[in-house]
Amino acid sequence: MIVALSRRLHARPLWVRAALLAAGLVAVFGLPWVLYPPVAADILCWGLFAVAFDLLLGHAGLLSFGHAAFWGSSAYATGLIAIHSGLPFYVAVLGGAVAAAVIALPIGWLAVRRSGIYFAMVTLAFAQLIYFTANQWGSVTGGENGLQNIPRDLPGVDLTDSFVYYYYALPVVLLGLLAAWRIVHSPFGRVAAGIRDNPARVRALGYSADRYKVVVFVASAFLSGLAGGLYAMNHGFASLQEVYWTTSGKVVVMTVLGGIGTLWGSLVGAAAVVRLEDWLSTSGFEQTQLVTGGIFIAVVLLFRRGVWGTVSHLLRRRDDPAGEDPEPGLVHDHEEETATEPVSASAP
Amino acid sequence: MTSFLQQAFNGLVSGSFYALLALGLAVIFGMLRVVNFAHGAVYTLGAFGAVVLADKAGLGFWWALLIVPVVLAAGGMVVERAFVHRLTALDPLYNFLLTFGIALVAQDLLSMTYGSHSQPYDHAPFPGSVDLGLFDFPKYQVFALAVSLAVCTGVWLLLTRTRIGTVVRASTERPETTRAFGINTGRWITPVFGFGVALAGLAGVLATPMRAVNPAMGSDLIIVVFAVVVIGGLGSVFGSVLAGFAIGMLQALGNLYVPVLSQTSVFLLMAVVLLVRPAGLFGKEEHA
Repeated sequence: MIVALSRRLHARPLWVRAALLAAGLVAVFGLPWVLYPPVAADILCWGLFAVAFDLLLGHAGLLSFGHAAFWGSSAYATGLIAIHSGLPFYVAVLGGAVAAAVIALPIGWLAVRRSGIYFAMVTLAFAQLIYFTANQWGSVTGGENGLQNIPRDLPGVDLTDSFVYYYYALPVVLLGLLAAWRIVHSPFGRVAAGIRDNPARVRALGYSADRYKVVVFVASAFLSGLAGGLYAMNHGFASLQEVYWTTSGKVVVMTVLGGIGTLWGSLVGAAAVVRLEDWLSTSGFEQTQLVTGGIFIAVVLLFRRGVWGTVSHLLRRRDDPAGEDPEPGLVHDHEEETATEPVSASAP
Repeated sequence: MTSFLQQAFNGLVSGSFYALLALGLAVIFGMLRVVNFAHGAVYTLGAFGAVVLADKAGLGFWWALLIVPVVLAAGGMVVERAFVHRLTALDPLYNFLLTFGIALVAQDLLSMTYGSHSQPYDHAPFPGSVDLGLFDFPKYQVFALAVSLAVCTGVWLLLTRTRIGTVVRASTERPETTRAFGINTGRWITPVFGFGVALAGLAGVLATPMRAVNPAMGSDLIIVVFAVVVIGGLGSVFGSVLAGFAIGMLQALGNLYVPVLSQTSVFLLMAVVLLVRPAGLFGKEEHA
């Protein structure tokens, strides 16, 4: 596995990586020239959210089905700070992300006691707890109406134009992406990947697997919070939708579509889903889940590597036809499931 | 005191739906290691099935109770063979994702066809209420509770007292050993999946006369049921059913004494259970 991983990292020559980076930067800087600026900003926010989610799923092997809790609580916290304090919007967004991380700490600490499918159910249930709390705490969150008229202030700059806002939000997103990339490629990230692939061995080496999982969980929540705060700023409101389970599901769809464990694939997945939903709703089709759900089913059944994973798999195949290249991601904790492996696979 | 008893009874009634759904979820999980996210969607389909049978074919509640679970079981078995089966050799999370996608599609198909408003249903049996000594209670709800208790007991007897149950439990707990005894464990997978789906469909039909029937009715419910099975221990059929009834009661009594916590109490309880017994109250820690 280590061999496969290091080969994966160094497989592409330097000039290819430089070209990819340049193309990516051109794309994010040019986006609001091609798309309606609020939609372009949505792609930024969801992109960072999906990358943060992939940090947890693809690089620590934990499928959270409750990430709306962090995106949404940051949206509310960011909005509250901006409305009540009038501080620059960067401070509000940072405050929102910190709030998301603070909420993530106890949730992560409890949820890592279970792994695999249980982890997904437990995080989903905790997110629903946050949802009902936001719904009931109407005096603060605005209940069904949500928080409205969130101002985006920055001394000396007029941010009312979404086109301008995009370029002020972009640095935050780029910093978030850089942080995710640094975590994955740090010694810490390698230990997390080790826990994903072989928890027993990592424990035998003296690492506390649970503590690493909690730290990745909180880091992922913090970055999700940055994204959620920027999203609330982009629209000027934070609603219950932001903490609802469909939002948790949407980020799962984006990451799986882009390719689990590919990090940058999540950006592609987020852009595709946001664009598709925007196109569907402007052409008067309200049942967007029907389309995204259908695509999602097809990806899970047929293209489990996702868009990014499939492309890089095909490229690698061409260069090195004999090389080992296992399907990525979704390696669950072996402790709970090994006793009862799926029965049908080898059934006569 | 009367209001306490009445509220406790209300709790048992909503608990009977949690129990039926948790039972189906636990049975499917036991055999396939699949957590069926679409379980809530099946519940919704069950309720819509009853409404459609009444509107289009003029068939009343009793026919629905008979036909809908069978049709949904057949549909579930087709989905199992066509989709779920292809992913069982992989990480169980892939099937969780697959059934999540199915739930999204099913919910939107329903709201596209019938809109998101609630459907009327005027074929409810047992109108009026019955005197239970201290308080009056709607007759139908007593019936729903009785059906749920009977079905849960029946499934428990089926699993523990019959040969089929023994084979299914053995295939669940020690598939390798069971195969070594010459039992074809694979052939039980599809029927068990269909059976679990039928239980969710039955819960949906049972809910039709007393709940608002709309495309979103199952999705919020299933998340509570996830918390229920985490509390009871997903591996344990008995624990899941018991937790279902207990949490129905907890929510109803919470509603009476601490209304603020009525919706969140189940998730808080789940947090406490994770802290004290991570495998659930009746679950066993599985070690290789």
